[in-house]
This record gives sequence, C-alpha cells and structure tokens, in this order.
Amino acid sequence: MSERIRSMRRNGTFLALPTTLWLLVFFVLPLVIVLVVSFMSRGRGGVAIMPLTIGHYQRTFGIFSIILWRSIGLAAMTTVVCLLAGYPLAFFISTRRSRLFQQITLFLVILPFWTNFLIRTYAWRILLGDEGAINGVLISLGLISEPLKMLNTQFAVLVGLVYGFLPFMVLPIYASVERFNFRYVDAAHDLGANDVRAFVRVVLPLTLPGVLAGCALVFIPSVGAFVTPDLLGGTKGLMIGNLINNQFGGSGNMPLGSALSIVMMAVVMLSLVIYLLANRRERGT
Amino acid sequence: MATNPPILINEHAMRRNRLVRRLGGIGLWLNPVFSYFFLWAPILVLVLFSFNQSKSVSSFTGFTTRWYSNILNNVMGAESAFSTELMLNAFRNSLFVGTVATAIATVLGTLIALGMARGTFPGKRWLDGLLFLPVVIPEITQAISLAIFFKVVFDWFDLMSGQRIFPGFHTIIAAHVTFNISYVAIVVRARLADMNPQLEEAANDLGANPWRTFWRITFPLILPGVISGALLAFTLSLDDFVITFFTSGVGTTTLPVFVYGLLKLTVTPEVNAISTIMMLLSTLLIGISLALQGRNASRT
Repeated sequence: MSERIRSMRRNGTFLALPTTLWLLVFFVLPLVIVLVVSFMSRGRGGVAIMPLTIGHYQRTFGIFSIILWRSIGLAAMTTVVCLLAGYPLAFFISTRRSRLFQQITLFLVILPFWTNFLIRTYAWRILLGDEGAINGVLISLGLISEPLKMLNTQFAVLVGLVYGFLPFMVLPIYASVERFNFRYVDAAHDLGANDVRAFVRVVLPLTLPGVLAGCALVFIPSVGAFVTPDLLGGTKGLMIGNLINNQFGGSGNMPLGSALSIVMMAVVMLSLVIYLLANRRERGT
Repeated sequence: MATNPPILINEHAMRRNRLVRRLGGIGLWLNPVFSYFFLWAPILVLVLFSFNQSKSVSSFTGFTTRWYSNILNNVMGAESAFSTELMLNAFRNSLFVGTVATAIATVLGTLIALGMARGTFPGKRWLDGLLFLPVVIPEITQAISLAIFFKVVFDWFDLMSGQRIFPGFHTIIAAHVTFNISYVAIVVRARLADMNPQLEEAANDLGANPWRTFWRITFPLILPGVISGALLAFTLSLDDFVITFFTSGVGTTTLPVFVYGLLKLTVTPEVNAISTIMMLLSTLLIGISLALQGRNASRT
C-alpha cells in the first residue's frame, strides 16, 4: 500500500514536470523580464538599455496617472452597472418556474457572447457613431437636430465594457440564486420583515458569493481592456491598455510599456486579493 | 383613542410595503426587457445593416445582398485593402494555429491535471496558483510580456549564432499553448475530482501496471473532460486577438487579427456582411461542440 502511494506520488511529480517547465519558460520568465525591463532606460527605437532607472514608474504615477485612474474608474463603473443590471436579470432567470423557460432566458444571455469580441464591440460603432443608427433614429423622430457625440467618448467605452462583460456578472449570480432556498424569504416574512428587509437581510447575504465572483470577473478584464477603448474610445476614452499598446509601435518605449503593465498587474492582483479576502470572510460567517 | 396611532402607522407601512412590492414587481419585469434588448440590439442592427441598400448605417433604405456578393467577388470599396483570398488565408492560418496549439495544450494540461491530482510534492500550492494566473491576468500583460520575451530571446540568439529568428507561427503557437494549458487543466481536474479512485486501486490489485491502468481505466474515464478541454482551447485559440496581435509576424495573420485591420478602417457594409458571416460560423461551431459535449455527457 505505502509502496504504491509512494510510486503514485513519484509519478505525479513526474507528470506535472513538463507543464511546469513550459509555464516557467513561457509565463513566469516573460513576466520577470517585463519586471526587469520596466527598470531599464529607453534606447533607440524604444528598446531597453542600461542604466537602471525608476523614471518610468515616476511617469506612470505622474503624467499618466490620469489614464491609470480613468481605467480604474471605468472598470469600477462597469462593475457597478453590470451588478445593477445583472443581479435582477440573474434573479429573473433563476426564478422562472418552467425549466425550459429558465434555460431559454439563460441561453439568450450567453448566445451573444459566442460572437467574436471584436465584432461585438464593432457593432457599437454602428449604433453610436455620428451617422450611426441611434442618431439616425433620434433625428428622424425629430428629438434632436444635431447628432449626439457618443462614439469616441468614455461613455462609449463604458457601454462597450458593460456589453462585453455583463454575462460574467449574470452567470455566477445566477448560480447562487439558483441554489437559494426561497423558504427563507417566507420565514423572514412570517417574522415580520417586509420585502426590502427580507432582501437586504436574507437574500443578498446568501447570494453574496455570486455577487463577489461576478464583480471580480467583470472588474479584472475591464481594467486591462484594450480592444473596447481602442475601437470605441478614441483619444478621450484612452485606457491603460491602449497606452501600453502604444509603447510597442514605431516610436514606442518598451520600458515604459513594461512599467505600465506591471502597475496594471499590481492593480489586478490587489483586486484579486480583496476578492479572496472578502470571499473567505463570507465563507467564515 | 390610545390605540389609534399604532394602527394608523401599520396601515401606512402596509401601504408602503405594497407599493414597494408592486414597484419591485414592475422593475423585475422591466430589467430583463431592457437587458435583453441591450444584449441583442447591436447584433440585430449589425445583421440588418449588412442587408441595407445604402452604404449609410443611419437608416434602412431597402434589402440587398450586394455586399455579400461583393465579398465573394473580391470587390470592395476602392479605399479598402480587402481581398477574399487574404481573408481565407487568414482563416487557414487560424485553423492551423488552433489545431497545433490545442494538441500541445491538451497533452500538457491533461498531464499537469493528473500530476496535481495524484502527486504530492513541494511547491504544489504554488503550482496551483501558477496554473490559475494565466486565466486572471489581463491579456495585454501576457501579450506584451511574451512579445518582449521573444524579442530578448531572438536578440540573444542572433548575438550568439548570427542567425535571426523572426516571429511567426512558432511564437503564436507557443503563446496560445501557454494560455490554453490552464483552461484544459481546470476542465480535466474537475473531471478527475468526480472520478472514483477505487477503480484505479482495483485495477492495480488485479495486477495491472500503472501504464496499463492509465490507458484502460483512467484515460477512458477522463476522456470527456479531455475532449471538452480541447474544444474550449480550440475555441479560445480561434477567437484570440490581443495575444496573437503581439506575437504574430509577417504573413502569419490570423482571422481575428485580419478582422481587426478591417474594423479599424471605417464602417462599410461589406465589413458588416463579413461580421455577420463570422457570427453565424462561430455560433454554428460552438453549437456543434456543445451538442457533442452533451452527447458525451449523457453517454457516461
């Protein structure tokens, strides 16, 4: 018995080895290189050269802090909007009585998601443009005379991000509302709680794990968004992802791009830690 | 007289509660209506305007399939660099990258899932975290770290041997394998967790060596997980834009990178038509893979 377990453990280590090596070479090592490059100076053509400097971090928290905060702000707003729209939607889906209707309503949330992200984002260009569908309808209805400026603004980025990540919010909340036992609500009512109180004191706390997971799943990719602000934001809606991308073109600055990307990763890691701590506290109580 | 006020308050509270309930009920119906409209309107508008007679996207003037035939006949607006041949070539590149990357990632992901389930070794918790990271880290970070990594390695190789390596299929595939490993491993580990370990012990007791036990017992049992993992990896690979954009070289444009080039231009009816075709294709592809998965799941 013990001989077999020992051999299994040996085999396990052996099996995990090739993949671990792959991840060390193609995932960990590149991140370490980015960290090192972020402290190097900019040479000709934007490449990294010696000597070491912290100048890129100073610029990240100096002149680029506007864009850093804009990214965090837009991601936070995306999360809030997704939560406000996604929670009732998840609630609606999971409280359908017929199993079939439940599956159809859930499917209708997931299906748009199967389309390529680029195309889903591009669709909003058609809607939001100066000569786009929304302005076309509003003008023909006589509600406005001049087209509203929507494309290439932060508003467009917010709409695109919410559109891109709403299912990430709906699915985990759906899973936790699904598991929720509605007899608790009856019990709360019997004990004299009204609907608001029953929701705040019973439903919300018990579905909080889904809410937390949804918030993490929406916030993290929103902070690092690149395609959405690129296609919808123009210069006004520039986010940190675009700034990083710009450092890798012809007149780029690779060390600066690396520093920006390290800072962005720190933001992501911090939000992940907050999520894990909140989740643990939630489980603990 | 003295009992009047509390009754009044109760009535007031009850009326308020009823109002809250009615408003809540309306809200609970309005929210899905708006949400589904929000989710579907852009897609429907895109499809609608791919059939629009005028080039504008502000009003629908009449039905035409001209833009679709333009794509087939290689005709497009004078300013655009579109050619059907280029697009098909990009699609072939996507299929090639997706197939090779999926094959490698499926093997590596399955191996580590088995290793993590069976073995106990130092640093296993760290490995757990490491396996989880590529899923949560922003794509752009992974993309630029790989871009810098390849540049550094190729520069160094140039210095050592005097030969220059350029980014191409090998760099895209290496990048895709890296982000796909985690997804395959997660799916296979979930399957392994559901497996009864006594089956393997029984095979062992009956005299099968580990190799035989694996191929006769373990592998058939985790196969549905391996297949779903591979399908997921293939889909992610076909769909990936950001990481491919940063690791591809000249002549290795994949379909998403090609489409991005088109979308960055202007809104043209042909682009709407291509988008509609791509939406149809990806929905079809995922539908088929889900149907396959469903059949697999019901069989086991």
